[in-house]
Amino acid sequence: MTREKAQLKPGVLPPFQALIDAHWRDVARLARAMAGPVDGDDAAQRAWEKAYAAYPKLTSAKNLRSWLLTITARCATDVHRARKPQRPLDEAPPVAVEGPEATDFPDPELWRAVNQLPERQRFAVTLKYVGDLDHHGVAAALDTTPAASRRLVSDALATLRSKLGVDDD
Amino acid sequence: MTDLESRLNRLTTPDLKPPTFPDADVAYTLHDTPIGTLLLAIAGGRVVASSFGDEETMTTRLARAVSPRVLRQPRPLDDVRRQLDEYLAGSRHTFDLEVDLALATPFQRLVLNDLPDHTRYGATTTYGTVASDIDKPKAARAVGTALGANPVCVVLPCHRVVGANGALTGYAGGLEAKRFLLNLEAKG
Repeated sequence: MTREKAQLKPGVLPPFQALIDAHWRDVARLARAMAGPVDGDDAAQRAWEKAYAAYPKLTSAKNLRSWLLTITARCATDVHRARKPQRPLDEAPPVAVEGPEATDFPDPELWRAVNQLPERQRFAVTLKYVGDLDHHGVAAALDTTPAASRRLVSDALATLRSKLGVDDD
Repeated sequence: MTDLESRLNRLTTPDLKPPTFPDADVAYTLHDTPIGTLLLAIAGGRVVASSFGDEETMTTRLARAVSPRVLRQPRPLDDVRRQLDEYLAGSRHTFDLEVDLALATPFQRLVLNDLPDHTRYGATTTYGTVASDIDKPKAARAVGTALGANPVCVVLPCHRVVGANGALTGYAGGLEAKRFLLNLEAKG
């Protein structure tokens, strides 16, 4: 018994169920915020399948939450892109996401405004705030630099402020 | 943080859906029984845990010893739960289950592996006898420790082993649970 207790060193991978229990809500919220309610659920499910497949090969148990959210972001991007014609990223026009009436949601005004942001800004701002990632995490998830992430988030916040008529700088 | 930022932090939609998975490398469930809550786990069709240990400790040990892909999935354990319920109701005397002692040390395996053969339903034996059965007649105390660490309780009947004077000594699920199991078997 003592011998087995001694084997529980920090750094070993926790049981996958612990990740699900701790993070499934964040994964689901982020996927929906990025890709909309319908595609978002599909993206979240795919993200969990990818994470489950890759999990035993992970060499570190650090930053598992960022790891999961990065996979989620990639799946949300893929699922969402598959639905519209391909264009260079930064030229992409705003793509409103479809789904249930936004009035059913806790903050419908904000939900609508976020959905109407240009795609890249929406991804960055939702990763930053819904995903609660820092700019390094956002940048990793979007294959860009922290400086670009900062700019995207800042542009998104400016658009949201003007659209929502809030001035809280 | 500004008001807009905290609204963004809280941005959510109703009815979030939890993910679903195929059968896990290690599936486990918590099963309420008359002797307490047992954590039951199965891997590759073999029972790896039937334990009074707490969920976090047990799943962490399973993640380390078997696979980190440990999921709370009751369905793969349906047969194990059914057999346990039958046994605890007195209608089953032996288990038709394969066991994998992945959570045990080599010495614990030596002690636990043949326990169903070294004991029989409705009878008790002693730590000293089990020690002799595995050709380590002086290891009664070590046998007691190994039985106390049994990761597959009830299915591997460590409750049938008592002190030389007949005292129940100890049990992972508490002495009440051990008494319950021995009384149950005495009736059969």
